[in-house]
Amino acid sequence: MLFLAPALTAIGLFFFVPVLAALLLSFTDFDIYALGNFSVARFVGLRNYLQIAGDPLFWKALKNTLYFLLAGGPLSIAVSLGAALLLNAKMVRWKPVFRFVYFAPVVTTLVAVAVVWRFVYHPRFGLLNYALGLVGINPIDWLGDPNWAMPAMIILAVWKNFGYNMIIFIAGLQNIPESLYEAANIDGAGSWECFRRITLPLLAPTTMFITIITMIGYFQFFAEPYVMTQGGPLNSTLSIVMLMYQQGFRWWSMGYAAAIAFVLFLFILLASVVQTRLQRRRAG
Amino acid sequence: MRIVRSIGLHGVLLLLAVVTMAPLFWMVSASFMAGGEASTFPPPFVPANPTLQQYVELFTRLNITHYVVNSALLSLSVTGISLMVNSMAGYAFAKYRFAGREKLFKLLIASMVIPAQVTMLPLFLMLNKMGLVNTYFGVIIPGLASIFGIFLIRQFALSIPDSLIEAARMDGAGDFRIYWSVILPLCKPILITLAIFTFMGTWNDFLWPLIIMTDDSMYTLPVALASLSGEHVQDTELMMAGSVMTVLPVMLVFLALQKYYISGIMAGGVKE
Repeated sequence: MLFLAPALTAIGLFFFVPVLAALLLSFTDFDIYALGNFSVARFVGLRNYLQIAGDPLFWKALKNTLYFLLAGGPLSIAVSLGAALLLNAKMVRWKPVFRFVYFAPVVTTLVAVAVVWRFVYHPRFGLLNYALGLVGINPIDWLGDPNWAMPAMIILAVWKNFGYNMIIFIAGLQNIPESLYEAANIDGAGSWECFRRITLPLLAPTTMFITIITMIGYFQFFAEPYVMTQGGPLNSTLSIVMLMYQQGFRWWSMGYAAAIAFVLFLFILLASVVQTRLQRRRAG
Repeated sequence: MRIVRSIGLHGVLLLLAVVTMAPLFWMVSASFMAGGEASTFPPPFVPANPTLQQYVELFTRLNITHYVVNSALLSLSVTGISLMVNSMAGYAFAKYRFAGREKLFKLLIASMVIPAQVTMLPLFLMLNKMGLVNTYFGVIIPGLASIFGIFLIRQFALSIPDSLIEAARMDGAGDFRIYWSVILPLCKPILITLAIFTFMGTWNDFLWPLIIMTDDSMYTLPVALASLSGEHVQDTELMMAGSVMTVLPVMLVFLALQKYYISGIMAGGVKE
């Protein structure tokens, strides 16, 4: 029991207590005046949540976060799976080298690569527009155009993350018995047929796991816009966590920020439950 | 036919590798350029006259040593402390029988779905009351124990045969002695894995240190870099040197201990 004490104390005191405190906080009007004297804060019931529902900035942030999640998530998973399938092919040489290269962005510091990508996206001197120019595409103002800022965030995220899920996919692929493919070959199945009827179904648990962790991570999207656009242009990259950060730690509207944090939590919870249900139904 | 397929396959792999490496290569390359050199068209891939000027500036005028020391101290202490705390708890969950063990463990696992951001506002208020804002303690506190770490160690410790523990007990070893001289050495691979995860996670962490470190001499490298990059928008080469300094330590740790890191991802991922 003594072995559990330090961990449970730390988790209880610095995780569970703050979670409950955040719930309470979200029902108060805790603001900069309450910071000096907690007793100034008043209980306001559901007012913060109602305010969220009517806050256009929140809807904007939610829309951006969902955009990032629903476009970036599947894209990143697809690239991971593609890279894993390519690397898993028998004829590929220098596998460890490729694997290392694809994985390198995963271990970099997000803030640092966001700084680097801010210059990669530079409309005049950036590497990306230069490369696009080589194939005849006109320069894009990646971070300055509200329509392109989100795709820019997504490209960075896919670049940074695909190696991680690729490793998990490779492990999943190696668990599929070779004999299944041999049998399918004898039956005259082509490679697309094999992929659709053997690889994808047998990879389903891995894919589900990856989908859930990717989704949870993408919901918490923050550092990229903080470093590259500060949420702009025209709030086109403002995320939910960024809104929470601004409300809570810039304007000190901590009651309101706590409510935003809880709404984020509810979204993550809901999405995880739906994913797991879907998976169970498919398996059963 | 085989050869054509092989060339095609390697072509795609190579293209992906070039795209993946280009930003990192350019970061390193630009960090050795003279001020203003990167902002020319077409973008130069290698410095005309490689110079250490940007690094000198980082360490003299921008005083980056401060931030390197902060980041290193914090990452090392979080890694050391949490390894101790998590391994004790993971071992207890795997090998000690007590009422409510399974329920408690399930509760912990289920609570992993709660994003850390939820805790940050009250945690800040708590630490503010305790006078721990803008201190190393403030940054370390949420990292003292991690549910994921406890989970990893428990899964690993489950495979340790009970007979080993029994034998040590017969020899008169106490609980702590068994943990220290039997369990920990056997758990070495998972401990190394967890150490790398924790070290990198703490080094790369951004939001929490950004919140808790209000004074700029207390910034960690990522926080300092984010703030500097806001002030030095035009100094591309300088910022690239700053990025190299931020990324380099974690890259080196990864290079040295790659095998453990990869196996950790698999342990967390495939068993579900």
